Amino acid sequence: MTDAAELRRRTAELLAAYPPATTDRVDFLRARFDAGLAWVHYPEGLGGLGAPRSLQAVVDADLEAEGAPDNDPRRIGIGLGMAAPTILAYGTQEQKRRYLRPLWTGEEVWCQLFSEPGAGSDLAALGTRAVREGDEWVVNGQKVWTSSAHIARWAILIARTDPDVPKHRGITYFICDMTDPGVEVRPLRQVTGEAEFNEVFITDVRIPDSRRLGEVGDGWKVAQTTLNNERVAIGGMRLPREGGMIGPVSKTWRERPELRTHDLHQRLLKLWVEAEAARLTAERLRQQLVVGQPGPEGAGMKLAFARLNQEISGLEVELRGEEGLLYDDWTMRRPELVDFVGRDAGYRYLRSKGNSIEGGTTEVLLNIVAERVLGLPSEPRTDKDVAWKDLAR
Amino acid sequence: MTDLLYSEEEEALRAAVRDLLADHCDAAGVIARVESDAPHDRELWKLLADGMGLAGLLVPEEQGGQGATHREAAVVLEELGRAVAPVPFLTSAVVATEALLAGGADDLLADLASGRKIGVLAVALNLPAGSAYKVVRFEDGALHGELTGIADAAVADVLLVPADDGGLYVVDASAATVTPQVSLDLTRPLAEVVLDGARGRLLGDAEPAVRRALRAGAGLLASEQLGLADWTLTETVRYLKERKQFNRPVGGFQALKHRLAQLWLEIVNLRAAARNAADALATGSDDADVAVAVAQAFAAPVAVHAAEEALQLHGGIGMTWEHPVHLYLKRAKADSIAYGTAGAHRAALAELVDLRAP
Repeated sequence: MTDAAELRRRTAELLAAYPPATTDRVDFLRARFDAGLAWVHYPEGLGGLGAPRSLQAVVDADLEAEGAPDNDPRRIGIGLGMAAPTILAYGTQEQKRRYLRPLWTGEEVWCQLFSEPGAGSDLAALGTRAVREGDEWVVNGQKVWTSSAHIARWAILIARTDPDVPKHRGITYFICDMTDPGVEVRPLRQVTGEAEFNEVFITDVRIPDSRRLGEVGDGWKVAQTTLNNERVAIGGMRLPREGGMIGPVSKTWRERPELRTHDLHQRLLKLWVEAEAARLTAERLRQQLVVGQPGPEGAGMKLAFARLNQEISGLEVELRGEEGLLYDDWTMRRPELVDFVGRDAGYRYLRSKGNSIEGGTTEVLLNIVAERVLGLPSEPRTDKDVAWKDLAR
Repeated sequence: MTDLLYSEEEEALRAAVRDLLADHCDAAGVIARVESDAPHDRELWKLLADGMGLAGLLVPEEQGGQGATHREAAVVLEELGRAVAPVPFLTSAVVATEALLAGGADDLLADLASGRKIGVLAVALNLPAGSAYKVVRFEDGALHGELTGIADAAVADVLLVPADDGGLYVVDASAATVTPQVSLDLTRPLAEVVLDGARGRLLGDAEPAVRRALRAGAGLLASEQLGLADWTLTETVRYLKERKQFNRPVGGFQALKHRLAQLWLEIVNLRAAARNAADALATGSDDADVAVAVAQAFAAPVAVHAAEEALQLHGGIGMTWEHPVHLYLKRAKADSIAYGTAGAHRAALAELVDLRAP
């Protein structure tokens, strides 16, 4: 078993061979991957050393101390957090070797073609079709809410391959080439004025069978790996006090005494306490993960942060008074990075409205908590034994 | 960073306390007891204090205690909260003990640690650390005055009484007139204490001792509130899986599922905040004042919300005297005032983290 001392030795070797100050960023990241220090819990040859996941922090700390380029996990969130673990779990050896390295170095960006206009919270109702023709699949359909589609090289895609069975059973999971001429990406402008997401139209796109992940018809099971990893991703974060949305509003409060009112003071303190409790809960979850005992708290953290972000940013707009009536810039942009706190209070207020929708709506996640954590009866299911083609749409 | 998990030893302690309470502190028994003239369960206290040594958790071994920390005391309080146990653990083994640990009176500390005596700090239960508290008159070597809102004074052997000369005095309870007050919380009743020329033994300065005692009381009360809230959620979920209306379990209705999931989330957050306070007190962290204020500002609304939801979701049965949920509601509401309201702790935070009032 690779231990912390061994990892530190390997990290020191990497730093000696590729001094961060004089090494090209991508070259360094490639070398880091090849040394097995990208994600230490991955297998050897695939960026890891089969070490315990908790030891990644040791490597990251030593690299950060030397100013080595960090591969910002937010920039490749979908690739790192969702595509990679799915490829690792279900990909062939050839697929793993082809995709994981450029994914991790950020040379190839990934996006996720899951949601559709008619299949959001009820994702398994999706209608994008994939029809087999020899060694290829011909895909037609429309996807939506696709972040990074405009810069992505690859996509993880789920499509319906058998409409004659109930909806969860006839889905297959593919890797889609975003440079295929049948893939059309259109920006989808949002309430913030930005087009952070896209609509993706898929017309007669031919995907070779060698880019299928998992068995035909097993796509829902494979997608669960992707979605579970999406929700686990938050657990690794270590936030300082006032590290989230409460930070900017606290700063404004301290620096601008002329804006203070008694009503806002009461609300600010209440939210400050709730934000601190949520931060401690995330830290407790992280400590549980480190000792290998993940708790069910993760299911709730997204709910907590979504509500807090919305209430805190709403408070800040009010606190700013006349300035709160203004907005920094309505110019349509297509950001590569989602930045929740980097712009002004109005932007944060509008963007946070998405926090209770993206990655599972608050309403659906509350059902999941009630059923899976508390064991309450599940919602009535009228679609369970009905072929997808016979469902009302 | 503070350790927010439970150690194996703490889980073992929890299991032992829970087993004992399961055998000796069932809800029907607590209800019967609070209807009598003697709401406190002295037999149970003897088992906890004498049998398990819990009264001396916070006292160092060389002073006759267990040499444990606030982390273990917090785990005990979670379990006592789950059972709304009518015993003076918080008042005697935490608050009075902390006051004595501030200095002097090793003999009395050992008495409290062993459970031979029950001690109570004679400060009204609603006061937070740092606030002004009522004192009695010290005149010609004797104490004179009247104090109200003193929790668990009815079973106290000794009272720790602050006087107007700035001192904290030990007074034998038999030298005072202790009159039970009709209390909202039936399981932690208050009493009025009248001193009419009672003799007291000077322990030391009252101010630092009272401050230390009330801060520990507030910080660890959050764990009692956690246990209480956890019980109400568990019991409500259990009931709603069984109770049928409109030909299906009530717990299957989405409106109720969402309320219970929301409650679960609040309790998960409370657990982190309560653990953080217990750990900060245990390690004497510089952050202890903030940790205690956060835990208390967060805990009270959650515990009250949990108990109120439990009553509502039990429907008619929840409104009856025979169902124990009222004991939890009364304790939760009283706890929301004990050792300072959430608002008082938020006001303290405003100073501590530099978010000043207008």
